[in-house]
Amino acid sequence: MSEIAPVKRAGIWLWLPLALFVGFFVLVMVGLLRPADRDVASAFVGKPLPAFDLRASIPGRPGLKTADFADGKPRLLNVFASWCIPCIAEAPQLDALARAGVEIHGVAIRDRQEDVQRFLAQNGNPYTRIGADDLRAVQLAIGSSGVPETFVIDGKGVIRHQHIGDIRVEDIPKLLEKLREAGA
Amino acid sequence: MIAELGLAMLWLAAALALLQLAAGAFALSARGRELGGIVRPVAVVQGVLCALSFFALIVLFLRTDLSVKLVATNSHSLKPFVYKLAGTWGNHEGSMLLWVTVMGLAGSFVALFERRLREATMLATLAGQAFVSIGFYAFLLFSSNPFERLPEPAAEGNGLNPLLQDIGLAFHPPTLYLGYVGLSVAFSFAIGALITRDVGPAFARAMRPWVLGAWIFLSLGITAGSYWAYYELGWGGWWFWDPVENASLMPWLAATALLHSASVLAARNALRAWTVMLGVVAFSMSMIGTFLVRSGILTSVHAFAVDPERGSFILALLAIYIGGALALFATRASTITEGARFAPVSRESALVVNNVALSAILGIVLVGTLYPLLTEAFDEKVSVGPPYFNPMGAIFFVPMLVVMAIGPMLRWRGDRAARVSGKLAIPALAAAATALGLVALAPTIKPMPFLGIALAVGLAVASVLPLVGRELKRTPLPTWGMVVAHFGIAVALFGVGSDSAFSTEKLVASRVGETHAVGPWQVTLSDIEPVAGPNWTAIEATMAASHAGGAASELHSQSRNFTSPPLVTSESALLTRWNGQLYAVLGEEADDQRWQLRLWWKPFVPMIWYGGLLIGLGGLLALIGRVAHDVRRLRAEGKIAYRRQRQGR
Repeated sequence: MSEIAPVKRAGIWLWLPLALFVGFFVLVMVGLLRPADRDVASAFVGKPLPAFDLRASIPGRPGLKTADFADGKPRLLNVFASWCIPCIAEAPQLDALARAGVEIHGVAIRDRQEDVQRFLAQNGNPYTRIGADDLRAVQLAIGSSGVPETFVIDGKGVIRHQHIGDIRVEDIPKLLEKLREAGA
Repeated sequence: MIAELGLAMLWLAAALALLQLAAGAFALSARGRELGGIVRPVAVVQGVLCALSFFALIVLFLRTDLSVKLVATNSHSLKPFVYKLAGTWGNHEGSMLLWVTVMGLAGSFVALFERRLREATMLATLAGQAFVSIGFYAFLLFSSNPFERLPEPAAEGNGLNPLLQDIGLAFHPPTLYLGYVGLSVAFSFAIGALITRDVGPAFARAMRPWVLGAWIFLSLGITAGSYWAYYELGWGGWWFWDPVENASLMPWLAATALLHSASVLAARNALRAWTVMLGVVAFSMSMIGTFLVRSGILTSVHAFAVDPERGSFILALLAIYIGGALALFATRASTITEGARFAPVSRESALVVNNVALSAILGIVLVGTLYPLLTEAFDEKVSVGPPYFNPMGAIFFVPMLVVMAIGPMLRWRGDRAARVSGKLAIPALAAAATALGLVALAPTIKPMPFLGIALAVGLAVASVLPLVGRELKRTPLPTWGMVVAHFGIAVALFGVGSDSAFSTEKLVASRVGETHAVGPWQVTLSDIEPVAGPNWTAIEATMAASHAGGAASELHSQSRNFTSPPLVTSESALLTRWNGQLYAVLGEEADDQRWQLRLWWKPFVPMIWYGGLLIGLGGLLALIGRVAHDVRRLRAEGKIAYRRQRQGR
C-alpha cells in the first residue's frame, strides 16, 4: 500500500455537480417565473366524466360511480389522499364548503381503508361518497395528475372547472361561483 | 435614534466585509502580500459591528418601538417579554440580520484563533467568508432593511403569528440558523482550501469543530421542530415530509456525511476531493433549504415567511455562491490527489459506505422535495408523500444502520472481518431476539416498524461496544461522543418504530362526564370552560386520565383564539409516562353539547426526541473533546514560541 497515490481522474466527472446545480437552477427559475397558476384551463373542462364505478373507500359508506353525478345537481369532486399534506391544509375549506350546502364526492388515491378512516377522523369528513382509486385510473382519466385537486361537475356529469392544488380560503368564492354557473 | 445607529453599524459592517474580501483576495497575489495583515483585524471588527447592529434591533423590539416598521408589523405591546425578544428573529428581516451576525461573529472567531492553516489558505478562507456575508448584507440593506421607520408611528403593533408564540419555536429558527452558519464557515474553509489547493488533515481539523457545532445545532433544531409539529399542529404526527421539514433535514444529512468524511481526512489523509465537495454541498443544502422556505415555491403546510421577490434574491445568491464554488471545484479538484489508500475491510471503507448511503438519502429527499416543481414545469401538479420517502429512504438507511454497528469496531487502514465478528455477534443476537419477541407478542406488526425496532435494539447494543475493554476514564471524549450519538440514533429509531407499530387512537364526540378508553388508559372529560391568556381567549377541556385503575392525572387541552392577528390554534395536552405518551386534542363543538376529542396512546414515542437530544449531546461531547485538544495545542505552541523568543534574545 503506497501512502500517497496520485490518482488521475476523469476531469469531466468533476463538472457533474455543477451540471446538476445548473439543472436545479433552471428548474427553480421556471418555477419562480411562472406565477403559481392554480387555475389551469384543463383540456377536460366541458367533457363528460368517463364511465367508472369505484368500490367504497371505507366500509359502510357508498362508493362512487359516474351515474352518481347525473341527477341534475352540481357538485364538487375532490381528489385526495390520506398521505397528502396539502390535503390536510385544505380540509377546513372543504368542511366550510360542505357546511355551506355543497355536496362533495371524494376519490381517494392509492390509499388504504384504515388510513382514509384515520384521515377523515382527524380532519373531518365533508364527503357524501368516497370511491377508492387504487390504480389512479379515474384520476388520470379526468385529467388530474396530483393530489389534491377539485373538480366542479354539473348536473349532467360534465366537468365544468378544475382547481389544482389545495383549496385556500380565498379560493372558496370562486368555487362557489363556478358551482352556481354549473347549476344554471 | 437606536434604529439609525443600528443601520449605520450595519452599513459599516458591510463596508468592512467588502474590504475583507478585497484585501484577502489581493493579498493572495505577489504584489499585495502586505495587505494580508489587515484581513484578520477587519474580520473581527466586522463581526462586532454586526452584533451591535443586531443588539440595536433587539432593543427596539423589547421597547416595542412602533415607529419602526418591522416592530409594528411583527410585535405588540401586550406580548410577553420572551416573545418580544423572539420577535426580533421571528420575521424575515430580523432572521437575516441574525444570520449575518452569527456569520460575522464566526468569522471573527476564526480570524482570532485559527492558526494551523497556511496563511494563504487562511486569507482565502476569510475572503470567502466575507464574500458570502456581502450577499446577505446586500440583501438586508437593499431589499429588507430591518430598521426602516414608518412615516407615522403605529398606534399598536400587528402581533406575531400566534402559531409561533411558543417557547419551543421561539428558539427553533435561531438554532437552525446557527447550524446553517456553521456550515457556511465549513464552506469558506473548503473554498480557501480549493483556491490554494491545500486540502489535507490540517484543513479537515480546522473545519471539523465548525461542522460539529453546526451539526449539533441542526440535530437539536430538527428535534425541536419535530416536537413542535407534534404537539402544536395537533395531528399526532411528528414528521410529514413537508418541504420545510425536508429543508432542515437535507443540510443535516450533508453535515453528517461531511463530519464522517472529515474524520477520515483528519486521521488518514484520505477522501480529500470528496470532503471538499461535501463542504460545498452542505452549505448549498442550507441555502437551498432557506430558499425553498422563503420563496414559497413549494406548497407547505407551515409556510410562514413566504415572499417570491425575496426568493429571487436568495436564488441569485445561491447561483453566485454555489455555482461559483462548484465551478471552482470542477477546475481545481483534478489537481487534488485522492490521498492515502485503504483496504476494503477498514474503518475508512465503513465510513465511505456511510457517506454513500447518506448522500443517496440526501438525493432521495432532494428529488422528492423538488419533484412537484419539476412536474409543475410541465403543467402537472403532484404531491410527493410518505409512500415515496419511507421505502426509498429505507433502502439506504437499513444498510447504513448495519454499517454503523460494524464501522466503529474496525481499525483504520485495514482489518480482518474475523477479528470483529465475535464481538458483533452480541448485537446481532440482540436484534434477532427482539425480532422473535416481536413476532411472538405482536404477530400483526408491519414489516417496516418490525425491522426498525429490531435494528434499533441491535444498534443500541453495538453502539456501546467500542467502549468495551477500554479504560473509560482514559477514553477520548470524541469516542464517547460517537458512542452517545450512535446510541441516540438507536433510541430515536426505537421510538419511531414503536410509535408506528403500537399507537392507538380514538376520535369521539364526548359530553362532559363521559369516559373513553384509549390503549391502557381511561380518559374522562371532566370539564369544559373558557379561559383567557395575555393575548388570547380559549375553551379549555379538563380531562382525567387513569391507567389500570390507578390514580387519575389531569390533562388540559385548549382551543385558543388569538385576537392579534386573529387565528385559532389547538393546544394539545400531553401526559408523559416512562413507557409512552397520552395525547389529547380538543376539537370543535359538535351538536347537542358534545365536544370532539382526539385521543392517542403512543408507546415510547418520546424516545424519538430523547434520541435527538442524545445525538446532539454526542456531538457536544465530541466538540468539547476536539476544542479542548486544540486549546492545549495552542497553549503548548504559545509556550514554545515564548521560549524560542527568550532563547533568541
